[in-house]
Amino acid sequence: MATTLKVNGAETRVDAAPETPLLYALRDDLGLNGPKYGCGLGQCGACTVLVDGRAVLSCVTPISVIGSRAVETVEGLGTAEAPGPVQRAFIELQAMQCGYCIPGMMMRTEALLRDNPDPQDHEIRAAFQTNLCRCGTHMRIMKAIRRAAELYRDANPVQEG
Amino acid sequence: MRAEGILRLLAGLVVLAVLGLAAFLLLARRAEIAPDASAATREFAPELVARGADLAAVGNCVACHTEPGEPAFAGGFDLPTPFGDIFSTNITPDPETGIGNWSLDAFRRAMRQGVDREGNHLYPAFPYDQYTRISDADIEALYAYLMTRPAIRREDTPNELIFPLGFRPVLAGWKFLFFDEGERPVQSDKSEDWNRGAYLAEGLGHCSGCHTPRNAFGALAESRHFDGGEAEGWQAVALNAANPAPIPWTEDSLYQYLHQGWNETHGIAAGPMAEVTANLRFLPDADVRAMAVYLMDQMGTREPRVTDRADLAADRGAELYAGICAQCHEDSKPLSFGGVALSQSTPVSAPHPQNLVNLVMFGLPPADGEAAPIMPPFADALDDADMVTLLTYLRARFSAAPAWQGLDRIVRDTRSGEYPVTTLPPNGIERGPANVNAAGG
Amino acid sequence: MMSGRPETAKPFDLSRRQVIAGAGGLIVGYTFLPAFAQVAAPEAPAPEPAHLPGSLDDTRLLDAWIHIAPDDAITAFSGKAELGQSIKVPLKQIAAEELGIGIDQLTLVNADTGRTPDEGFTAGSMTIQYSGTALRNAAAQVRVLLIAAAARRWGIAPDGLRAENRQIIAPDGRTLRFGELVAETDLHVEALPESPLTDPANFRLIGQSLPRPDIALKATGGAAFIQDLRPEGMVHARVIRPASPGATLIEADIAAAEAMPGVVAVIRDGSFLAVVAEREFQAIGAMRVLQASANWQDGPALPDQTAMSAWLEANVSETGTVAEEGDPDAAEGETYEAVFTRPYLMHGSIGPSCALAVLERDDMTVWSHTQGVFADRDAIAELLNMDPARVRVIHAEGAGCYGHNGADDAAADAALIASKLPGRPIRLVWMREQEHANEPYGPPMLLKLRAKLGDGGMISAWSYDLYSSTHTGRPGGPPALLAGQMKADPYPPFVGKLSIVPTGNGDRNANPYYTIPNRRILWNFIEAAPLRISSLRALGAFANVFAVESAMDELALMAGTDPVEFRLRHLEDPRARDVVERAATEFGWSGIGEPGGTRGVGFAYARYKNLASYLALAVEIEVDPAVGDVRLVRAVAAIDAGEAVSPDGIINQTEGGILQSMSWTLFETVTFDQGGITSTDWSSYPILRFSHVPDSVAVHVIDRPGQPYLGAGEAAQGPTCGAIGNALRNTIGRRVHDLPLSRERVRHALQA
Ligand code: FES
Ligand code: FES
Repeated sequence: MATTLKVNGAETRVDAAPETPLLYALRDDLGLNGPKYGCGLGQCGACTVLVDGRAVLSCVTPISVIGSRAVETVEGLGTAEAPGPVQRAFIELQAMQCGYCIPGMMMRTEALLRDNPDPQDHEIRAAFQTNLCRCGTHMRIMKAIRRAAELYRDANPVQEG
Repeated sequence: MRAEGILRLLAGLVVLAVLGLAAFLLLARRAEIAPDASAATREFAPELVARGADLAAVGNCVACHTEPGEPAFAGGFDLPTPFGDIFSTNITPDPETGIGNWSLDAFRRAMRQGVDREGNHLYPAFPYDQYTRISDADIEALYAYLMTRPAIRREDTPNELIFPLGFRPVLAGWKFLFFDEGERPVQSDKSEDWNRGAYLAEGLGHCSGCHTPRNAFGALAESRHFDGGEAEGWQAVALNAANPAPIPWTEDSLYQYLHQGWNETHGIAAGPMAEVTANLRFLPDADVRAMAVYLMDQMGTREPRVTDRADLAADRGAELYAGICAQCHEDSKPLSFGGVALSQSTPVSAPHPQNLVNLVMFGLPPADGEAAPIMPPFADALDDADMVTLLTYLRARFSAAPAWQGLDRIVRDTRSGEYPVTTLPPNGIERGPANVNAAGG
Repeated sequence: MMSGRPETAKPFDLSRRQVIAGAGGLIVGYTFLPAFAQVAAPEAPAPEPAHLPGSLDDTRLLDAWIHIAPDDAITAFSGKAELGQSIKVPLKQIAAEELGIGIDQLTLVNADTGRTPDEGFTAGSMTIQYSGTALRNAAAQVRVLLIAAAARRWGIAPDGLRAENRQIIAPDGRTLRFGELVAETDLHVEALPESPLTDPANFRLIGQSLPRPDIALKATGGAAFIQDLRPEGMVHARVIRPASPGATLIEADIAAAEAMPGVVAVIRDGSFLAVVAEREFQAIGAMRVLQASANWQDGPALPDQTAMSAWLEANVSETGTVAEEGDPDAAEGETYEAVFTRPYLMHGSIGPSCALAVLERDDMTVWSHTQGVFADRDAIAELLNMDPARVRVIHAEGAGCYGHNGADDAAADAALIASKLPGRPIRLVWMREQEHANEPYGPPMLLKLRAKLGDGGMISAWSYDLYSSTHTGRPGGPPALLAGQMKADPYPPFVGKLSIVPTGNGDRNANPYYTIPNRRILWNFIEAAPLRISSLRALGAFANVFAVESAMDELALMAGTDPVEFRLRHLEDPRARDVVERAATEFGWSGIGEPGGTRGVGFAYARYKNLASYLALAVEIEVDPAVGDVRLVRAVAAIDAGEAVSPDGIINQTEGGILQSMSWTLFETVTFDQGGITSTDWSSYPILRFSHVPDSVAVHVIDRPGQPYLGAGEAAQGPTCGAIGNALRNTIGRRVHDLPLSRERVRHALQA
């Protein structure tokens, strides 16, 4: 059974059972490395991707519910040569230890900033309550989110009206 | 002639009403009780303070008197009511902004009569209609507990109520109509446990506050005691014969649920109930047991109604169930960490779908630093149509009760925030922001 | 990259097939393979060889560390693995510094039994200390040999020659490329004990915080982790594990699983049960079916978790003396006595263990995020009854591991599966609940402490009774591997032995690094281990420092002295005093104040292992008395890790250590009942989430140019725990002695 997915702007067909979690389709069928398997239970956020701009845990989201909605992974935020604002912020602040949790953190940052370009600390904490980091990189992640907000605002100036 | 007579009668009534109002306004404010400068520095026996802590847990004082992220008991928590927003007050022993200069008498009057130290009537969002039932000794213990908390200087936030409710004397009229003061009498034909349970559940525990419906004036509709009510966007299920749990509660299962917030055959406490069970966990076992005894007597016994039509057509709903719910809810992992079999779920069998909508939409946020179940939110994974299809399937497959009406609208309004829902982690401690992740969509 | 099949991942290109086919024999990497050389021709027993710096002492040939190709390509080899602690950049900084080249002119190869030196385990904050020291000396000696070769060519004295930009440059400006010189330079020589190291005043690279190239890769979806390897023909495996440790498999519905779509094979070997399928989610589905149908004979009942202290006391097998000086019993003074405990703790890597294995003809290649590729190779070879020379274990990066987690077990699982399905690359991933329930934990400890405060407010005696098993389950061989215990004809479980060494194990930092005239530190050793255990970041130091630093604060209170002042009074080592003073100053330490509010401060200090990094920190916490919740608000640390190769790396590691230790301290306990582990996911084993992240953490690095590297990765674990415990005491007026300092315990203490 094939399902059509729109991932990082490109349409692809995935030949997997409809209840297959999006995470495995992205990793195994599309060869994407960004979304990570951390728990498969919706408890850690390592698998966070965007679906129509909103943060979704791909390990508990079957491919059958995506429909025509746009899926984005860290690969869609930019490239190593031309990183997007969120990627630039994490690289600039060297906000990683092992880095396994970071793509999920970056996708949640992207979702938060699209919704709220100027998040306060308590809003960041609330939004990131879903995402775990075991290396204790949290201080840098918080800084990178704040820095990403600045870069993001520069890259997407608020439109009048 | 006839018209004239009617006019005269009306005029008479107006005069009466004006006189009545004048008299009522005289009563409408009570005498101030003098500030007691020594109150906050008084010493209390540690046993008294410890008992007060247990009682405060039963009353769940901390939940309403704490703004999320702010110091405990310092007030400022927004309680939305149909009549506007009421902000809880600072009940730490700070003399200027809290209750630091309240004597025991002043505190007792607040608990029993709903009047503050200065003599103002209090809004029944503070459930003195139930707190009035508790004993003087327990009021003193609570007083000792609160007066030994850290004093926090924090000004109260003014309420935002619709006219004329911002005018406190109106409350005198409300009390006249709906408030009945006094300790709860012992029912001698019932066991000691039953009486203890009733004392806790109907007094400090104020179970009725959520589980009994309210009338148009916000007062408890006592004729429909425990018929179920509503709190912070969640349905408080009926605690009488109408309780919708597929497997009837037993004294043991209810005890376990109240004590630890979950039970194998019923699942976990969610929404504001999570906060209640998070507090009850600190209460002496015998007290929790006693509450279970009393509540079981209210619910009575009946046969289980467990339904699982596994042979339902393999449609879209079944596909969604397999992809979304089955991973955890058909797992062998025991509660509290595995999901309850949905055939045993009260939200699936309840008369109103709101709790199930809330759970699927917002999940159970993780309790920071505490072992407690986590359920991921599906608000952003599922669009409205899939959400309705899934919930309709769950109802059809796992409940004998009739299909829900108006599910689309409920899903829509819950997602948009039109119907506000407070989400809490299953240990009830941190309050999540209302409608997490649900805006936009 | 977006559609169709992913490209075959790079590391697989290095598989034995290419090596053999391409080079027509064991040449390429193996020339530099001392371990292999040893297997082939063990060195004749020689007179005691000279001691060489760092890991050079074990791997003595220069070309095992540095390789220079005729085309100037320079490769450095390190047996240490990247475990998320970011060691690659500092190792390159060190080698490039001494070779006089740019950091980008050097390739670093880590932890591959086919290519790199055997440096044992990547653990104990010793990578820079051992591997860094070896590379630095080796590189300096290679530079000298290249300069000598150039001098010979030019017929001039080597004195004025220098290395720069992969060239040797003469004073008159003549140059020769490294690649030209290497043909006439024998690097296959044993290193000398002394090297002409670059003067710290002339460092170009060491001491710089250079950006990590892997960060940009990981931030943009590059293949960076073992999980990202996808060799052609790869299939997905899952294992099935019992709830009860030591359980044996009676039966499972293998036929049902075999009939499921995509299933390639169900593998049973004794109690070892696994499934292999074409697609990952098919493997998971089949695993669930097997799990549901599997019938296990439970292993021995586990002890009562709530009575672990009694269990530890009842199971002492022998007692060892860690330190003894004077007579603590006879010393005079006011006595302070207390008992501290810590529970089983989990590594809890965010990425569950993963391994890739393939058997091609008679050669097994395994990719693993193990800390010890060589020990893992030996264990797997023994497990599969293979010649170690036919097994190659290549390190591939996993998520942060913080010690010895399930990585080696997963590698063995994958190899065992691969051995039954020749030719197919097997990708095995543990499920989250398997990682939680099967990784080897950090063991529980019971610590009985008794100290005396004598004249002049000085400690006169210190007695310490430590109850703990070993903290390391390795090397251990097949008995330490789950697959070894589960396969038919199983190995008996690994049993630890008491061994007291300077770096410490369970006794790490049990001996206080303070001036105390009379002391006796005993390790009551427990051989039995109801749950599998192995190294968890800092080993015994985490709880030992908690106990020691708690006692230091209590003794300071007894002495009526500020705790910082009290510590300084008992510290002679000037570097120790420096970190204490620096942390206190940067924090703005002004005493502990009176308990009773909701905020308080605490201080702690330790020299890790009593011979590595110095770290002191001050913290401020906030307590919510209604629920007993503790939040670390602010932490200020000072660390002296010797010469700082990459200050930002040290800061990053220390910040991470502080936050992780805070999570251990406040939240974590492995839970179990008679039948097995009950903390099997993040809901039942909660760790730090963002709501408890501090408002600020500051780390001040005291650089010691020219001093030996001391290692930074684990120094914060103990002091952080101690400082939080002290801050809690200073806030609520009562001490909580049992870890974690959970809400329930804090609330209890408040009511006591
Ligand atoms: S892997 Fe999806 S939330 Fe953990
Ligand atoms: S950086 Fe390692 S888990 Fe977050």
